[in-house]
Amino acid sequence: MKKNNWKAWLYLLPAMVFLGVFMVYPLIDVCIYSLEESYNFASQSYTGVGLYNFRYVLSDPYFVRALQNTFLIVAITVPLSTGLSLLIALGLSSIKPLRNAYQTIYFLPYVTNTLAVGLVFMILFKRTAYTDGLINLLIAKFGAGPVDFIEGPYWAKMFVMCFYTIWVVMPFKILILTSALASVNPDYYKAARVDGATSSRIFWKITLPMISPTVFYLIITGFIGAFKAYSDEVAIFGTNLNAAGMNTIVGYVYDMLYGDSGGYPSYAAAAALILFAIVFTITYINLTFSKNKVQYM
Amino acid sequence: MIERKNSRVSHALIYLFLTVWALIVLFPFYWMVLTSFKSFTAYNSEYIPKFITLQPTLENYRDAFTTVPLGRYFLNTLIFTVATTGLMMVVIVPAAFAFARLEFKGRNGMFALFLSLMMIPTELVIITNYVTIVNWNMRNTYLGLILPSVTSVFYIYLLKENFEAIPDELYKAAKVDGTSDLKYLLKVMVPISQPTIVTIIILKVIECWNSYVWPRLITYDANYYLVSNGIQEIRENGFGRENTPAMMAAVVVISVPLIILFLIFRKKIMAGVSRGGTKG
Repeated sequence: MKKNNWKAWLYLLPAMVFLGVFMVYPLIDVCIYSLEESYNFASQSYTGVGLYNFRYVLSDPYFVRALQNTFLIVAITVPLSTGLSLLIALGLSSIKPLRNAYQTIYFLPYVTNTLAVGLVFMILFKRTAYTDGLINLLIAKFGAGPVDFIEGPYWAKMFVMCFYTIWVVMPFKILILTSALASVNPDYYKAARVDGATSSRIFWKITLPMISPTVFYLIITGFIGAFKAYSDEVAIFGTNLNAAGMNTIVGYVYDMLYGDSGGYPSYAAAAALILFAIVFTITYINLTFSKNKVQYM
Repeated sequence: MIERKNSRVSHALIYLFLTVWALIVLFPFYWMVLTSFKSFTAYNSEYIPKFITLQPTLENYRDAFTTVPLGRYFLNTLIFTVATTGLMMVVIVPAAFAFARLEFKGRNGMFALFLSLMMIPTELVIITNYVTIVNWNMRNTYLGLILPSVTSVFYIYLLKENFEAIPDELYKAAKVDGTSDLKYLLKVMVPISQPTIVTIIILKVIECWNSYVWPRLITYDANYYLVSNGIQEIRENGFGRENTPAMMAAVVVISVPLIILFLIFRKKIMAGVSRGGTKG
């Protein structure tokens, strides 16, 4: 068997080359970048080694704003989208007719271009010279004044942002939760019903514990995904997110790298490492928590 | 009796709730199609937007293809998607085969290394990749767009699991017959694993079609824009900003291919995403 040794490496070679060049090397390189002070992109020279880049990023008001926005998006969209998906999945699993049709509709946002649909959301919420926009006309029906959701107050922009984010992430969660619910052994329900348990008791004592690993999986991936929010923001507010006050951490990284304020890979690297540290910590906390709380079967 | 009535009421409530969400999901699609058929003047004269249009026009679709190079963006995205997906299969199939069937020193260690790479977020490596592509003078080229996204450790893992499920006896029998590894891989393993391979291809196509960040970094020449960048460009410069109906026509054109793909492969896509999807 040992004779196909070199052949095996030949099969692995393309993957290793690509991973080496575009993943392993960049990983080391990004750490180096983050430590090189006053790195100049054009001359590829730097003046010293130290933690200045991290200090700079952490005291940059744009970064602090981005950090705040990102945490808000995470704190609002993850619980809301997970909870709403769970309700919808429960609803789906308790009906028969039209179930497939609903599932198909709910999945549609997954296969659409977020940039493209974001434009539709912008138009629905935007006030122009010609019209207040559909959503504002709807709000007016309830007697509230028109709000500029795209260029207006911070909370209004954050609302649109979170609404769109939830709209985008729901398909995945509904799909995963529906299949988790379908895989719960129906015998448990039958037994509970024979014992005269109420529906809510069945949910809290049987359904939720049975699907808790899936729920936690979704919370963890939801956290990771929401911390990397960026494209959805661009879709609604355009590429100049700093001007809109709606930048995110990932957006800050890209702005530092490229764009109007770009050309600072060192700051970008420092910000990316800070993001990685945050995501890593939160995931670690989540995993520790789920080990204590989740019942794995 | 009371119980039956109760359950009927609760069923009605469930349907109501599900329908409300379905409407929220569908409404943006309806709105973009509707707006794309309204003429520019009609759209701007509606202070209260109308929910149907009685004079549909195709003028916006003409505009979408003539005033901005939407066809070009489309072609670029098509080339990018096909080339990236094709190259990726060439890279990941042999790798998965090596991990699943071949025996060599350091296999487990290498596989563990591969798996650990799954934890690395793109955001972390994109900085150096950008610098690499700039240094290779590959900005505004297809290669620059394609190269960084041709490997996926996760898909290697998925495929390896699938290959391992194929009985070893087949491999041994093929060896006895003197079949080469490569021939065995292409003639036996790939056909047997076809469902997984199709799933991977579909997921990758969706990812490529919607990719935005990397193309934005690497292209500033509109000749190499993908549809996502094209949309952003249209929003900021094209059509004279206010021509919403034309923008919506472009959005419809960009969304339709994937929606058709989805409606055709609905079951496969949903099964594939629940096995290997992310985003969310």
